[in-house]
Amino acid sequence: MFLLACAVIAVIVASGGYFVTVVCFAAIYALFVSGLNLFMGYTGQVSFGQNAFAALGGYSTAVLTTRLNLDPLAALLLGALLSGAIAFVVGFPTLRLRGHYLAMATLALGLIAYEVAVQWTGLTQGYMGISGIPGLGFAGVEIDDERLQAVVLLAIAGLGMGAALRLRHSRFGRALAAVAGDEEAARAVGINITHYKLAAFVLAAVYASVAGSLMAQYVGFVSPEVFGLAMVVLGFTMLYIGGIGNVGGPLVGALIVEALPQTVSGLKDYQDLVYGAALILILIYAPKGLAAINPGLPLAVQKNAS
Amino acid sequence: MTALLEIRGLSARHGRVEALKRVDLAVARAEFVTVLGPNGAGKSSLLAAIMGLIPGEGTIRFDATPVEGLPTRARAARGMIMVPESRGIFGPLTVWENLELGAYLARGGEEVERRRAGVYELFPRLKERETQMAGSLSGGEQQMLAIGRGLMANPTLLMLDEPSLGLAPRIAAEILETLGELNRRGLTILLVEQKAPLALKLANRAYVLSLGRIAADTTPDRLSSACDLARFYLT
Repeated sequence: MFLLACAVIAVIVASGGYFVTVVCFAAIYALFVSGLNLFMGYTGQVSFGQNAFAALGGYSTAVLTTRLNLDPLAALLLGALLSGAIAFVVGFPTLRLRGHYLAMATLALGLIAYEVAVQWTGLTQGYMGISGIPGLGFAGVEIDDERLQAVVLLAIAGLGMGAALRLRHSRFGRALAAVAGDEEAARAVGINITHYKLAAFVLAAVYASVAGSLMAQYVGFVSPEVFGLAMVVLGFTMLYIGGIGNVGGPLVGALIVEALPQTVSGLKDYQDLVYGAALILILIYAPKGLAAINPGLPLAVQKNAS
Repeated sequence: MTALLEIRGLSARHGRVEALKRVDLAVARAEFVTVLGPNGAGKSSLLAAIMGLIPGEGTIRFDATPVEGLPTRARAARGMIMVPESRGIFGPLTVWENLELGAYLARGGEEVERRRAGVYELFPRLKERETQMAGSLSGGEQQMLAIGRGLMANPTLLMLDEPSLGLAPRIAAEILETLGELNRRGLTILLVEQKAPLALKLANRAYVLSLGRIAADTTPDRLSSACDLARFYLT
């Protein structure tokens, strides 16, 4: 994972242009997907509604920075706080559901967020969206250089993934894995599974919110479409390509899914075909995701972490 | 002498089926009790109801305190520990992590390490496999892990749901022997089994469960001699 990050940074510094943009989006998505991974990969639940929390973060940043001239970092943190609080309130009844029912309920969450973004024009300006959002930075310093932006975004994504790794090998993380593995056995060893599901849901919402804020800062614009259903589909694709439950999976998946359309764009009309075929091949031949292809590594890491 | 576990009139449903019908059962401290019965007799439902994993009616007293109103985790905290059917180990986690989860309610690393050393002494194989994924272990090793995980909770009462299920006879015998050893060291055991001869060799007392009711409550010798009964219910 560390080597991969170093390689990506080296290439960024050496190159420039479109590749850097791809890396920036991949880093933001890696954070979003890391949160999804906490909830789905570690805890074994399912959510089609994480885009709701990305939208909360994105719109919080947009509104707070453009209207109240708040510092982008402060706006990002406030958005994360708000998302966490809403996830806590919404999660309490929702997480009583399981399987398909949980999937449907969370899907509704994303759709509601989309509708609110469209209808509450006084705050969100509806389909028009909000533009003029200040770029990446804090305390009045804005990072202009696109290579530096990519490095900063990668560092933030790395931080998020590092936190997820620490979490996975903690008492908390083991309890999440127990809930994912066998709810009855988890209860029998004394785990309060409702608490852990809720905690994972809140954490995932915070990750999504920070990713949404960074997206707003990086693009400088938010609209309902930015955080639409496409984001969910993209997130799921990255999660499964990279490797669900694997700490490094989100970054690997995000890089591939962001970069693949560019590398095959020369094929014009056949682009989607090749893209789709590539995804299917990966899922068939690396069902645990590309990040899991070296199975010796995670075990060594686990032993060290313990 | 009062019983460690005393159950009166316990009924429980498994979906729409009435799985347990007013079951009375008692386990004294340091006793080895086995519950025998064919498939579908309600053996697993019995343990699930005792742990509060499925809702039930009736009274369950543990250590002279009623526990029927408590959630599963509170029962576990009191030392009622279940080793679930088909082992219920956490496959994608390592052996070490599974054991660590067994001691989930324990605070303090030293105590946990002491318990882990005890488990490794009992099952040296688990120490060899410490960093392996639990899902990659053989069936026998997985059962050892499931029991080891139960012991990590420092149980007052260890309840096991068919630990011999799916194991080769020799390995099943080995594992049940270990339970006998644990009992000789003072651990109270409630063993639910289908393999009657093995369980009867170890137990102080046996219940026979049939269609959700206690059909017999007796000592192993009597049950063994009552061959017809045993054949009728247990084969």
